[in-house]
Amino acid sequence: MPTAEQIKQRIEAGIPGASAEVEDYTGGGDHFRAVVHAAAFAGRSRIEQHRLVYEIFGSEIGGPIHALTLKTAVPAETPTAPTV
Amino acid sequence: MSSPESNPIRDAIAEAISDHDVILFMKGTPEAPACGFSARTVAALQATGAKFAAVDILPDPRIRQELSALSNWPTIPQLFANGELVGGCDIVMEMYESGELAPALGLTEQPTPAAEPIGSAAPSAAQGLTIESKLS
Repeated sequence: MPTAEQIKQRIEAGIPGASAEVEDYTGGGDHFRAVVHAAAFAGRSRIEQHRLVYEIFGSEIGGPIHALTLKTAVPAETPTAPTV
Repeated sequence: MSSPESNPIRDAIAEAISDHDVILFMKGTPEAPACGFSARTVAALQATGAKFAAVDILPDPRIRQELSALSNWPTIPQLFANGELVGGCDIVMEMYESGELAPALGLTEQPTPAAEPIGSAAPSAAQGLTIESKLS
């Protein structure tokens, strides 16, 4: 079972420049909550941002990782594309 | 592996998505959600007053498998509006809280969260729908 620290490291390794805060909110190693900031999210819809994170874990989501609650954002210092 | 040419479950899912302006694939039903994420998503939808169809993915594991393959989205629930994936629980909740959800569902007026807190909406505008029943 992964730890919150392992989930964090995999997100940060999978998305260059990302910084993640991950919490195992049941303590059971299968329900995680992550806040991810990455410049790579700029110009992408929320769905695309979440997909970038989900893709790191592939079939583990819904398998050993029952839930990965996500909040994604572009880092504040990165200029964001205007939203339409 | 089943052949891509003949995939009645995926066809039924695609048809359900195109046939309904707003459709939620969830665990359980709007009246009896079987997962907290599905329950929260239903509550947010009901708070907007949107009418939505709901599909319980639990009766047949292939529904979830085919849905995720079709949508390129790994988790349940999944909300679609006008044939497009809106998001899962996290995105729907973010959109509800920011007031983006109702417009995304084609509603022009959204009750303010203060006036109509989540969970207080009358149960339910949802229209039940089953995929597995289309396979018999």
